[in-house]
Amino acid sequence: MNRFLAFLTKEFLHIFRDVRTMMILFLIPVFQILIFGYVIKNEVRDAKVGVLDFSGDVMTAQIVSKLDAANDIEIVDYYKNYSEIESAFKANKIKAAIVFEPNFAATFVKEREANLQIILDASDPNLANLLNSYISAISANYANEQKASQAVINVSIEPRMLYNENLVSAYMFVPGTMALILMVITALMSSISIVREKEIGTMEILLVSPLKPIQIILGKLAPYAILSIVNAISIIIIGNFVFGVPILGSPIVLLILSFIFILMALSLGLLISNIAKTQQVAMFISMFGLLLPTMLLSGFIFPIENMPVALQYFSYIVPAKYFLIALKSVMLKGLGFAFIWKELLVLLGMTSLFIGISVKKFKIRLD
Amino acid sequence: MSEENIIEVKNLVKKFGNFTANDNLNFSVRKSEIFGFLGANGAGKTTAIKILCGLLLPTSGEVNVAGFDAFKQRNMIKKNIGYMSQGFSLYEDLTVKENIEFYAGIYGVKRSVIKTRLNELVEKLHIHELKDEFVKDLPLGWKQKIAFSVAIFHKPQVVFLDEPTSGVDPITRRQFWDLIYEAVDDGITAFITTHYMDEAEYCDRISIMVDGKIDAMGTPTELKRLYNAQNMDDVFVKLARKQEII
Amino acid sequence: MDSSIVINNLIKSYGSLRALDNLNLRVENGGFYGLVGPDGAGKTSLMRIITSLLLPDDGYIRVAGLDPVKDYKKLRLKLGYMPGRFSLYQDLTVEENLKFFASVFGTTIKENYNLIAPVYSQIEPFKNRRAGKLSGGMKQKLALSCALVHKPEILILDEPTTGVDAVSRREFWDMLKDIRSKGITILVSTPYMEEAVLCDTISLMFDGKIIDSGTPNEITSHFKEPIFVVKTDFVRSLLKIIREMPCLKSVNSFGQTLHVVLNSDDCGAKDVSEFIKSKCSFDFQIEPYSAGIEDCFINHIISRKK
Repeated sequence: MNRFLAFLTKEFLHIFRDVRTMMILFLIPVFQILIFGYVIKNEVRDAKVGVLDFSGDVMTAQIVSKLDAANDIEIVDYYKNYSEIESAFKANKIKAAIVFEPNFAATFVKEREANLQIILDASDPNLANLLNSYISAISANYANEQKASQAVINVSIEPRMLYNENLVSAYMFVPGTMALILMVITALMSSISIVREKEIGTMEILLVSPLKPIQIILGKLAPYAILSIVNAISIIIIGNFVFGVPILGSPIVLLILSFIFILMALSLGLLISNIAKTQQVAMFISMFGLLLPTMLLSGFIFPIENMPVALQYFSYIVPAKYFLIALKSVMLKGLGFAFIWKELLVLLGMTSLFIGISVKKFKIRLD
Repeated sequence: MSEENIIEVKNLVKKFGNFTANDNLNFSVRKSEIFGFLGANGAGKTTAIKILCGLLLPTSGEVNVAGFDAFKQRNMIKKNIGYMSQGFSLYEDLTVKENIEFYAGIYGVKRSVIKTRLNELVEKLHIHELKDEFVKDLPLGWKQKIAFSVAIFHKPQVVFLDEPTSGVDPITRRQFWDLIYEAVDDGITAFITTHYMDEAEYCDRISIMVDGKIDAMGTPTELKRLYNAQNMDDVFVKLARKQEII
Repeated sequence: MDSSIVINNLIKSYGSLRALDNLNLRVENGGFYGLVGPDGAGKTSLMRIITSLLLPDDGYIRVAGLDPVKDYKKLRLKLGYMPGRFSLYQDLTVEENLKFFASVFGTTIKENYNLIAPVYSQIEPFKNRRAGKLSGGMKQKLALSCALVHKPEILILDEPTTGVDAVSRREFWDMLKDIRSKGITILVSTPYMEEAVLCDTISLMFDGKIIDSGTPNEITSHFKEPIFVVKTDFVRSLLKIIREMPCLKSVNSFGQTLHVVLNSDDCGAKDVSEFIKSKCSFDFQIEPYSAGIEDCFINHIISRKK
């Protein structure tokens, strides 16, 4: 035990002595979450939307003013025909346009259904997607408010936004960034710290010492587990205070979920350190093997259901996907273990798989 | 050996913050001379070599290498010198020929000239079979000899050799020195560092650096006489004991 | 006396490359054993096999009575090992490094202070300095202290003096002698031939083979050919001339002298002298010489190549 404590002490000394490590561990996550949060939020907040109202009744006016009142949308202009919309798009004056069919209110009252068309600038698919969801949701809300329970405004509503009633974009990006940071930083830093010992040759001495391989592994990983938990908590707090992302579920469940994900990331880091001989290689694998899939294939930035089928299948092996599903369930829907046990199980399964391979591959010798 | 100086250093000072790595160095190296630049680890040899190669700016003093000023004409210096370190500079995944063509190319040697000199080199070193081998497959001794040939391929005025024979067997080490003698006979000046004290005696003149200063300079015979020593090893130890710094 | 390290017919290959070719080695308990040879001779592979870091392909090997393949856990407690590159944590202080290695082996600096004192006391004034800020010689002393702090039975040092200046090298060997006097068996490797005579027993290694073993005196006594030293101020010129001589086995420069080895006892100093005089008028002196380790090494390689 004394040996292990000595090892832990040494690891913490390494971490606290290296300004770069400290920056990567603590400053970058904070900056990343702030930047992601604000950049994405501002982009949506400033979204300019135009209106082509063939009906011009009270109902359309009310919907337009509701949209205008929403934080993220600004109604900038009214048009008389489609060609005006087209030139507005071309001049980059608007990101979306809403078209009300003639006799909108009358049709709504009579048929309990009316048509509203949303035209989007798909050159920015993310924003288009978001705006689509916003406008649809706000219109649907309006329809509901009219107490016309069966009334439907004929646009598709993305279920993704269902629980995000205020339609604040940070709701999507805080959990995503959290997954990204925990995954990449935890795996990257732990793998690099192991590979560094190989590089400077101290691994040779450690192997020749009475330290057991498991002690070396745990001693290397434990500090990063602790620091990552600190990271996870600070991200949740920033998300809550700065971006108002709620924590509807139990904080305990949230912590356990985060911890399991961190374990998974650490086991990946361990696996990488087994493969990589130099710090550069470890960094390269972490960046391309972990960063990109976590960003692109976890449902963080691009909705999985919009991906080509092959990539959809591929997303099943991206650990962050399960974490994101579970995290959103807990944070935004207030659900408990009963609803996320499947995801937890997958994450734990992945963890034991990676650890299994690593321990089997961990070399008690050099060849 | 001519009397023309190819390296001229006057009152060279290099400071890193409060630390003085080179403290008022004065020396000159003549054309076609083998100049041994010795000193303990951390005495400031590497810093001085970097300055002479145009990689570092001196803090003050006058430094002239191959007729160019180390403050203002660092690029011209780089064009007129060759450099080889213990770490090698050959690409392991290229063949010997490809390495030579690459380095000759970046020094602007003409294609036709490269071809002729490459053939000469192959003849001289008897490397007809080796020239198309990957560098990583060569024995250490060959790597070193070829790295040296590459360093002087563009016929520089001075070649800097930083512990070129580290870890090499005694025979290859001597073959390596034969190559240095040949280069020097061709008019190239060799500026060399080594930890093998017998090699120090192969130099025409040597300087010994202690703690940022040059403490002794002269021919091996002169120094041995001056310090009343059997060999360079003793000279070196006597000099260091005089200072006794940790 | 027991043997600390016994190796019989050891073989290790990397792919088609034979790194160790049928090695036999015996290091006596309390011995001071040197492996001498250039890079690529197989010194590091041999040391790694002895420290249980590499698995041999074939052969018998016992270290401190233990099999490094099966009993590596027990063995590792008894070994002190200093790998080829300086293996220290640059961002930890001198004392932190030493403390760490002490506690890894379940001991403390205090417990074995007497053992490491001759080495450690020299760097103790700088114990709060980071290892990365030490000079080469001091780093070497720290690395040695760390390898010693758990009072190993056998100390294994892989090229501890490579790339280190002549003065620090001398100091280092003095420290090794001191450690040896405390009953610790030492196995050390070096590419510097002149360091060989500082060991009790040495093996000359080249190309994965041991080409000769014994005390330095025994090894030099194996040198049978006539050998002479030529002293001159014109080493380079005479070297070229002597190379052309008949009945010459080899001529090599050693500092400002030349060592001339002849093929048989039929030739002698007189022949050399006459040959040189017939070719030039440079001043020189020729004397009989008793071969050193480096002469032996060169002679072995040349004989093998022929």
